[in-house]
Amino acid sequence: MAEVILSDVAKSFGSNVALDGVSLTIPDGSFVVLLGPTGAGKTTTLRLVSGLETADRGRIQIGGRDVANLTPAQRDVAMVFQQYSLYPHLTVRQNLEFPLKSPILRTPRAEIDRKVGEVAEILQISHKLDNKSTALSGGEMQRVSIGRALVRNPSVYLMDEPLSSLDAKLRSDLRIELKSIQVNSGATLLYVTHDQIEAMTMATHVGVLDKGRLVQFGSPREIYENPVSVYAASRLGQPRINVLPADLFGAAPAGATHIGLRPEHIVQGEGQDSFVQRVEHLGDQTRLHLSFRDHDLITVTEAHTPLKGGDIVKIRPEKPYFFNATGARVT
Amino acid sequence: MAQIRIVNLRKDFGSFNAVKSSTFTIEDGEFFMLLGPSGCGKTTTLRMMAGLELPTSGEIFIDGEEVGMKPASQRDIAFVFQMFALYPHMNVRRNISYPLVSQGMPRTAVRQKVHEIAEILGITNILDHPVGGLSGGDRQRVALGRAIVRDPKAFFMDEPLGALDAEFREHMAEELRALHDRMGATTVYVTHDQLEAMQMGDKIVVMNQGIVEQFGVPQDIYDWPATKFVAQFIGSPPMNFLDFHGMVGKGGTSVTLDGTAFSLPRMIEGANGDLTFGVRPEHIQFDDSARYRGRIVATEYLGTTQIVSLDTPNGQIKARIASHEAVGIGQTTGLRFDPRTVTVFDAGTGRALRSEANHGVLAHG
Repeated sequence: MAEVILSDVAKSFGSNVALDGVSLTIPDGSFVVLLGPTGAGKTTTLRLVSGLETADRGRIQIGGRDVANLTPAQRDVAMVFQQYSLYPHLTVRQNLEFPLKSPILRTPRAEIDRKVGEVAEILQISHKLDNKSTALSGGEMQRVSIGRALVRNPSVYLMDEPLSSLDAKLRSDLRIELKSIQVNSGATLLYVTHDQIEAMTMATHVGVLDKGRLVQFGSPREIYENPVSVYAASRLGQPRINVLPADLFGAAPAGATHIGLRPEHIVQGEGQDSFVQRVEHLGDQTRLHLSFRDHDLITVTEAHTPLKGGDIVKIRPEKPYFFNATGARVT
Repeated sequence: MAQIRIVNLRKDFGSFNAVKSSTFTIEDGEFFMLLGPSGCGKTTTLRMMAGLELPTSGEIFIDGEEVGMKPASQRDIAFVFQMFALYPHMNVRRNISYPLVSQGMPRTAVRQKVHEIAEILGITNILDHPVGGLSGGDRQRVALGRAIVRDPKAFFMDEPLGALDAEFREHMAEELRALHDRMGATTVYVTHDQLEAMQMGDKIVVMNQGIVEQFGVPQDIYDWPATKFVAQFIGSPPMNFLDFHGMVGKGGTSVTLDGTAFSLPRMIEGANGDLTFGVRPEHIQFDDSARYRGRIVATEYLGTTQIVSLDTPNGQIKARIASHEAVGIGQTTGLRFDPRTVTVFDAGTGRALRSEANHGVLAHG
């Protein structure tokens, strides 16, 4: 396993700037998740590290080695794509064994069997090992393609939305599995997703990308509790942070144009009157859609709240963030 | 607007039985969700209601009139599909006008109606744009506009947000619901997303393998699931199941799991044999003085809360607790389950046993 360092890496496709000078250190043994909407530069970063694309500028090091002139194979990375591709003429077992049977590795037979058995167990596909890979469901094929990366012991695993095609139950099982594999094996993982739950639950570090720039890098808790901008604050949290005019609830600090309030940071029963537009019972909690001085905001309350549409409820902000006109955090 | 009543509805495709025997009622003005995994029969049910499939047996009443064998065109329903198709060679206004023009409505009336709809949807500024250059959201709004412009008795929607990305989907879900609240039209909506169903629906029907598992308001279904399937399908993470072999007496108020007694709502029916103790993640408390123990195997940070996975003598469970509570992987902790919220299931049939807490909900399901 190895540390990966990107220094001022840039990449354009024609006139479209995909990455605009990204510097990022992926510590050895960390699970780094790149988060951002479509077009933020997540996948491009991954492809540059893997060697599938070449950077226009900047330097990429894996385990202290500059990889600029190395082919993807020489970089010793294992990549899992969103679109799985398996060898259709091979069984699941043969697909999983394939990377280990490489003539360079010369893995002993017993070791191959042990490794394949272990990975199949983790990914819940042991009962399908002797099936043709084409005789699997989409979710199963994706698990095999993850498994094919996991049987190896590369310097870094690169994963591009590997769970997005799986159903909810499997996705939540595999989140825990991937995380525990990484913790137990000390593997370094660079993982791309636009699913904030995956980012929050698995990452040791989250990198927030915006239009080809890295805008914040830190633990999920740091980014959730101490975002540097409106953009970073909006990446994590469900429902999303409320962004409102800075002086809506009273005096605002100098330079602030907007106040950011996470839904759970709105105290109910004190402060000023707001109007309940709609109540959504989600089971474990209830969302209140409120209207306050002609602005809409969302807060959460207990599951069995007696509040209903048309009621008046007092609200008061707690732990607000303030942002300036460019969206940067003021306080 | 309309009340829709489904009575013993059944549909077979050859030897495959897609819908077994559905019965439920959609009240006038409701936003009604048909929820279930793929292949459960929810889309088939909707298509029978719309007249796109003929039922094998059973009845469909729209405003008291049996319409099971009537063609779709005579049911006065507007259907919005997952893949919305617009006329690519027409602009927004002509797309929305089309259903009215083809009904022969006078031009000035059409103009006024289209304007009204565009106001509701917030698309007056793009009325004269070609549909080709529109964003996904605007295309969806135009498709909706074309459906609602006719003032049909009801709207049927089959995963209308399925093709959108998560962020935008959340936004459109709110918009759709707000639109419904303004218009008050009966809406039947098919989805496999439990959160979407909870969030938007006035009532939910949960289907599985052609069977209606439960029918009711979202919070009731969440709190008091009628079956293990519903308990697992609704909620994220789903309800925890602690399997045990034992008995619970009629009138009883406790069960014994691994030698520890746990309180329950008073049972109306008893059972003996393989049973399942069901408790939601947020109704589990960590208390070191409790006798029943769990070993922490994983934690997942979620902002204000965290999900903790634990191994217990009765299987793995997940608890939702505040994220500032420190938990160490590998440690053991005592566990308490909020007795007011527990459901006991027959492990074999998956059916919830009736208690004083859930019988009110299960009675009308």
